[in-house]
Amino acid sequence: MNAHAISISPAQSPRQWVKVAALQDIPKLGARVVKSTHGDIAVFRNAEDEVFALRDQCPHKGGPLSQGIVLGKTVACPLHNWQIGLADGQAVAPDEGCTGRFAVKVAEGMVYLEV
Amino acid sequence: MKKIKLVMVGNGMAGVRTLEELIKISPDLYDITVFGAEPYANYNRILLSPVLAGEMTIKDIMLNDVDWYEQNGIRLHLGKKVMRIDRIARQVIAEDGTTEPYDRLLLATGSNPFILPIPGKDLDGVLSYRDIGDTDAMIAAAGQYKHAVVIGGGLLGLEAANGLKLRGMDVTVVHIMPWLMERQLDQTAARMLQASLEQKGLKFLLQQQTAELVGTPSADGKARVTAVRFKDGLEIPADLVCMAVGIRPNDDLAKSAGLHCNRGVVVNDTMQTYDPRIYAVGECANHRGTAYGLVAPLFDMAKVCANHLACLGIARYQGSVTSTKLKVTGIDLFSAGDFSGGEGTEEILMHDAVGGVYKRILVKDDRIIGSVLYGDTVDGSWYFQMLREKQNISEIRDHLMFGQSHLGNAGHQGQSNAASMPDEMEVCGCNGVCKGTIVKSIKEKGLFTLEDVRKHTKASSSCGSCTGLVEQILASTVGGAYSPQQNANKPMCGCTEHTHEEVRKVVREQHLITIPSVMHFMEWKTPNGCASCRPAINYYLLSTWPHEAKDDPQSRFINERAHANIQKDGTYSVVPRMFGGVTNSSELRRIADVVDKYKIPTVKVTGGQPIDLLGVKKEDLPAVWNDLAMPSGHAYAKALRTVKTCVGSEWCRFGVQDSTQMGIDLEKAFWKMYAPHKVKFAVSGCPRNCAESGIKDVGVIGVDSGWEIYVAGNGGIKTEVAQFLCKVKTAGEVLEYAGAFIQLYREEARYLDRTVHWVARVGLDYVKQRVLEDAENRKALYARLQYALQGEKDPWAEAVRSADKHEFEVLTA
Repeated sequence: MNAHAISISPAQSPRQWVKVAALQDIPKLGARVVKSTHGDIAVFRNAEDEVFALRDQCPHKGGPLSQGIVLGKTVACPLHNWQIGLADGQAVAPDEGCTGRFAVKVAEGMVYLEV
Repeated sequence: MKKIKLVMVGNGMAGVRTLEELIKISPDLYDITVFGAEPYANYNRILLSPVLAGEMTIKDIMLNDVDWYEQNGIRLHLGKKVMRIDRIARQVIAEDGTTEPYDRLLLATGSNPFILPIPGKDLDGVLSYRDIGDTDAMIAAAGQYKHAVVIGGGLLGLEAANGLKLRGMDVTVVHIMPWLMERQLDQTAARMLQASLEQKGLKFLLQQQTAELVGTPSADGKARVTAVRFKDGLEIPADLVCMAVGIRPNDDLAKSAGLHCNRGVVVNDTMQTYDPRIYAVGECANHRGTAYGLVAPLFDMAKVCANHLACLGIARYQGSVTSTKLKVTGIDLFSAGDFSGGEGTEEILMHDAVGGVYKRILVKDDRIIGSVLYGDTVDGSWYFQMLREKQNISEIRDHLMFGQSHLGNAGHQGQSNAASMPDEMEVCGCNGVCKGTIVKSIKEKGLFTLEDVRKHTKASSSCGSCTGLVEQILASTVGGAYSPQQNANKPMCGCTEHTHEEVRKVVREQHLITIPSVMHFMEWKTPNGCASCRPAINYYLLSTWPHEAKDDPQSRFINERAHANIQKDGTYSVVPRMFGGVTNSSELRRIADVVDKYKIPTVKVTGGQPIDLLGVKKEDLPAVWNDLAMPSGHAYAKALRTVKTCVGSEWCRFGVQDSTQMGIDLEKAFWKMYAPHKVKFAVSGCPRNCAESGIKDVGVIGVDSGWEIYVAGNGGIKTEVAQFLCKVKTAGEVLEYAGAFIQLYREEARYLDRTVHWVARVGLDYVKQRVLEDAENRKALYARLQYALQGEKDPWAEAVRSADKHEFEVLTA
């Protein structure tokens, strides 16, 4: 494992809040990938410093949304440019599809994910 | 805040389109009320002809149903004709007394069919052809009666005649002029059209003026038409007469309210009438002396009007050039502009009477001013686009007639004529979309633009090589409502009204160096732009202000951010640079070791000659680059990719120049160079051209006495042969001329233009003038390129050094 990685013991059920990174470790208008027992989760930060977490898979062809361009409250999938809403995981019309959401919050500069 | 009250009179395509545009940009500004005289919600009037012909139903042609109005909070009064506008009290009053106050009023009352003032015009069985009511009446009559006479051999009349014929009637078209559709067609095309309509069973009476409609009283006391009598005494039987002799803007309401009208409600470039609270759009409006009767201009008006209703105040309607397409199944006809000929006009003509093809292009001052196509309309959109953009055609004049379809256009089985394609044939080879799916989408979802079709069906949204076919399908499905995209003044994207050129100009003149400052200065409509404009602005900043503007990685596509190509499974490919395609045992050994160590599944030699390592995990990238200890090949970037070379004079018995060394020199000079799109070079050591210099952005071919330089070739989506730029003597000159050319491209092309697109737009003459004729400018261009590249770092070495953990490290939970 890489020296910079933040390691947390696997989540127990029921879901609980785990600290994943400092807000400043996620680039503005960017994302980080969090490996979890639920699979890869993309944690986004927009221009207003809001954070969002989605399953890192586009509903279209499974593209890694974490690698897309973030704009407003959507992300453009890097594979075929589908627009996915960050808050609801819904594809922007006329495309249809939805990807899973995860609860995420920021407290004292740290980002917490409910897994 | 209390909403402003907007009342719209007229519920047709232009008006509702205006509301749609308005709701898109300013959904909450207005409390909207709509009056429609017809008892239907908004439908696609253009498609009444297919309904009459039995190819579609009323349900198919609805654009906005009643639910749409409700969802958008619009009060809808159907079947209520507005009788009066009280401009002082600012209210409209309908026939049934319904009164609505307004702050702003939008008139979209459309047009009325012109009824010939002849005896018998009020008889039963005499109809115009305008709305669902007329269409229903004609369908009903077709079931009962035998003889139909259509007065008027224009677009509408012929579509009506065709529909009635398909419904089983015996149809005669009467036309006062010597040939059909005289306003859209010249005589030759009109004769061909007439012949094929006659083959379908229609009859024609040309140069006949109707004198009277004859009727006999029926049992219920009302008289029904029985015959049509002409000026010369001829009489033909008629149980149904359809008058399609033209339309008149419906400006009665506006006139009665004292608004200035002159064959339509007179509006300015913002669609405002002489009463500043009242706007008018569509067929009822008269703009700069013209009232339009086709749908395409109406949509342009709608966009402008919505912009002003939304209080943005930055759009102008400056009139439209229109084109015509006849929607009669099996007949291919296109016309645009002025084809009357006359002094100073030149004519390019092709006429195959037996094959049923007629093409006529009219040119004046090296510009297309009109075109008539019959039988083969594939290139109609192309001609029309050049006509509207007033493009100089002198360079392509010799092959203009043969159209835009090129040999290398791949992915759709060589098809170039959408009309002849069966529904199940694939149109878009990238996204697997067949013709039937596109047609269905256009009809069901009410699509009018190429952009809409791309969004809904994905057809032509990837490589774009089938764009022409999709446009044809769109044009033949919606007929006159389709207006090909205008490239010249096309906004950069949905986030702004500004063009690429305007953005570049502002970046340069205002000395802007950040994306937010550009978006702020140019009043971007979205907070962070989109995936189209952000990378473009980022490029414009970096190319205009090298060493000053700072790169914004978050505005780059993932490939350029990660310096590797994302693959379909989310892994990456790594292509190390091999200058001029030359490598050695130690590089190959390191590559082999990296493949083993990182368990890289696929190793492949690319088309441009380096080696591609596929399936690398993102988090492994920095380590892979470190172990390779080779520079980035930029195979992921809008940048110089490779300089392909042949062996050249060092080994080859035919080689006359050392192409390998030339390639290495070019690549070493220009690598790390970002550009509007990818850039590929090639150098061949003799005219046998083994490095395929003829299809590269810059292709160099060695000859005994020096080097020939070719530019703007392309081997991709559309195979385009590079054009000869010049011949030079020395390797140093090759660097200078090629560098100057590519710098001009970097400074002036739109983002995502390949050199071929850019040169096609500006013309090779312009490039020659800047690069060849003006030696000082050439040297300045070359110097600017060298300055831009000075100190530019190898992104892989940088990433290894800085260990950019934001980009490459994965977190865990």
